[in-house]
Amino acid sequence: MKRLRRLQFLFALALIFSTTALPAQNGGELRFCLSGEPKTLNPLAVQDNQSETVAYLTSGVLVRVNRITQKAQPELATEWKVLDGGKRIRFKLREGAHYSDGTPFSSADVAYTMQKLMDPALHSAVGDAFRSSEGKVSTRIVSPTVIEIIFPAPVANLVNLFDTVAMVSSASPLKEMAALGPFYIAEHKSGSYILLKRNPYYWKKDSNGRQLPYLDAVRLEIEQNRELEALRFRRGEIHLINIVSPAIYDKFSAQDRGLVRDAGPSADTEQLWFNQAPTAAIPAYKLAWFTSTNFRRAVSEAINRDDLARVVFRGHARAAIGIISPANRFWFNDKLKPHPYDTASALRRLQQDGFHLDNGVLRDKGGNPVEFSIITNAGNPARESMATMIQEDLKKIGIKVNIATLDFPTIIDRITQKFNYEACLLGGVNGDLDPNSQMNIWLSSAENHQWNPSQKAPATAWEAEIDTLMRAQASSGDEHKRKQAWDRVQEIAWEQEPFIYLVNKDALVAVASNVKNAQPSALRPQTFWNVEELALK
Amino acid sequence: MKALRIAAAALLIIAAIGAIGAKYFAPSGYAHQFRETPDASPSGQHPLGTDELGRDRFARLLYGMRVSLLLAPLAAAVATALAAFLGGIAGYFGGWIERCLMVVVDLFLCIPWLFLLITVRAVLPLNISPEASVVVTFTLLGLLGWAASARVICAGTRDMMKSEFVWLARASGFSGLKLLRLHLLPNLKPTLLAQFWISIPVFIIAEANLGVLGLGVSEPLPSLGSLLRELQQMVTLRPEPWQFVPLLVLILVVSSFQTLLNKHEVRV
Repeated sequence: MKRLRRLQFLFALALIFSTTALPAQNGGELRFCLSGEPKTLNPLAVQDNQSETVAYLTSGVLVRVNRITQKAQPELATEWKVLDGGKRIRFKLREGAHYSDGTPFSSADVAYTMQKLMDPALHSAVGDAFRSSEGKVSTRIVSPTVIEIIFPAPVANLVNLFDTVAMVSSASPLKEMAALGPFYIAEHKSGSYILLKRNPYYWKKDSNGRQLPYLDAVRLEIEQNRELEALRFRRGEIHLINIVSPAIYDKFSAQDRGLVRDAGPSADTEQLWFNQAPTAAIPAYKLAWFTSTNFRRAVSEAINRDDLARVVFRGHARAAIGIISPANRFWFNDKLKPHPYDTASALRRLQQDGFHLDNGVLRDKGGNPVEFSIITNAGNPARESMATMIQEDLKKIGIKVNIATLDFPTIIDRITQKFNYEACLLGGVNGDLDPNSQMNIWLSSAENHQWNPSQKAPATAWEAEIDTLMRAQASSGDEHKRKQAWDRVQEIAWEQEPFIYLVNKDALVAVASNVKNAQPSALRPQTFWNVEELALK
Repeated sequence: MKALRIAAAALLIIAAIGAIGAKYFAPSGYAHQFRETPDASPSGQHPLGTDELGRDRFARLLYGMRVSLLLAPLAAAVATALAAFLGGIAGYFGGWIERCLMVVVDLFLCIPWLFLLITVRAVLPLNISPEASVVVTFTLLGLLGWAASARVICAGTRDMMKSEFVWLARASGFSGLKLLRLHLLPNLKPTLLAQFWISIPVFIIAEANLGVLGLGVSEPLPSLGSLLRELQQMVTLRPEPWQFVPLLVLILVVSSFQTLLNKHEVRV
């Protein structure tokens, strides 16, 4: 009898432990902040981060790029096949999926979504990624669960592009507001918050067969001040912060190491570039400096990137190498290394172009003292600090740098319209792992080819080579050939340095201790990419 | 009150000596980056520690005071001169001239200063040295900050024009310039001085506001305003009282100016 009781006790104990070992509990409201009001709630028309966040939480997509493995995984499409070298893709859709209002999901919705997405009147940034050439994108419904999408020319990175295409309903009276994702928009108080509630029809289940998401709701608080966001996190009012500054990271880390996580180098970049536009309102002798590869390389070598990473980012950054961050495992050219900090080499390069030091002042062959201004956006302490450190570094090779911090609209006007600046320090946000999304920067004819935009013909041989490589990779369905092209583009950019890449910041995030199953990633959206699996203790 | 004024004057003198002799009190300079010791605590080498780039806070405070304490009075002088000229004309002539000039004054008072300064700063040449940027910033403050003083001076001049001694002087055949030199300016002097003293702390704070936005004096030159930017990170602030020293200095300097000003106001 005693033995039986002991067995019963052990059984009860085992039951308790097995219950607590369950992956998550249902329920609860996850809260985090948006840095502003979303510009649109139409998931096909997203342009800004806030709209993108809402779309990510509410939309269903055919494939999802896993933010940890960086591989495409099935979502609403269970299978897919890329055909005709990237001109056609066939999806087999998941059966039994429904929108948040109960409307069933089928091939007709995929066809409707593509038609809406490619409508020029929508001006969709997501749709632009599919526009590989002139011509119409068409669809062919094979069955309610099989559909083909046909493009006029091969589209690079075709499968992964569907990670951002929200499937909207053709039949639901709610149209694009009918959600296929884990949550739907239940309330929206402009300027205050957006409340998302659990989609009762969400198709995904966990490994134990339990309905996902675990959470009842997600409340997105609109908070523009990052310091107040941190304060609210510390008070326990919010659960996640997607991007934490190094100072806040260190502060929280000192209080409780478990609150913050360094998810490693992000895909974002910080870079300096010189204005090389021939129509720029700058003296000819300065334009000659800026268009000289030796000058750019010398400036690059005179910047101590390790110091930038250690001092400005408190060690939560790495010296940048080039266009693609090491965080992007497949596309990064690992043969390249960061430019070394070497003032002697910088001076040698400058001497090759006729520069000389005169009482500590660097002068060009015409005797002009080397002095230029760097503009950066006011209110970004990290960039202002980087500019100040660069100013100090370049003083060591006799270059005088003046820093001008301007409001952001003025900077954009200067670098895109008036071209009345000499050098600019800004950052790049790379949301897409596939570098094809950088076509609008690297093509010499592109408006965002910042150092010399909208060229009628490539100004230099190396820009012509980049153009050729870019077009070749964009029209190829062969990933290895595309990788070879991108490796060469990275080499050219490393050699020529039209952008002097400074650092790759680490993705620093904050996750409250009561959030379960969080797996922060260096890729966006860092903390909630697996929102359907997140749970609150 | 006298003791308070003496203390205020003494404090301003100490601040001025510190600012002028910054080179001797803080030989490391305001720009040198001790990159191995960023955010360091106070020590013998760095009495107020170092900032996030490793620059000596004490040196930056002394040089920042130099910038703010020397240039704010200059900007105040410019603003007071402009106010005296335009307010004086308006009060002297009266009638439609006064009405027109007061419309201009109202316009200047309505303009949101900060946005105007940001706009003007944005259209200035980029390639100006930090020293030039500080002069430009305070000149702008002086050129834009005369309106409130002009209204006071206009009222003072108008009242004076109605006074018996001015009537007597005019009846005696005093011309406009002679009247100005012998009667108006000497009697307006206390008002002008009061406006000058009032403007100094106003301009120090205005520059501090611009500095907090990153739009004031260019790096690496410090000002009291740019030093206050460290306090923006209220969440990340560690319990380090020395980070509040620039704020304390600003409060003490402005209070000292106000304490001295009270005496002038009494005279007015």
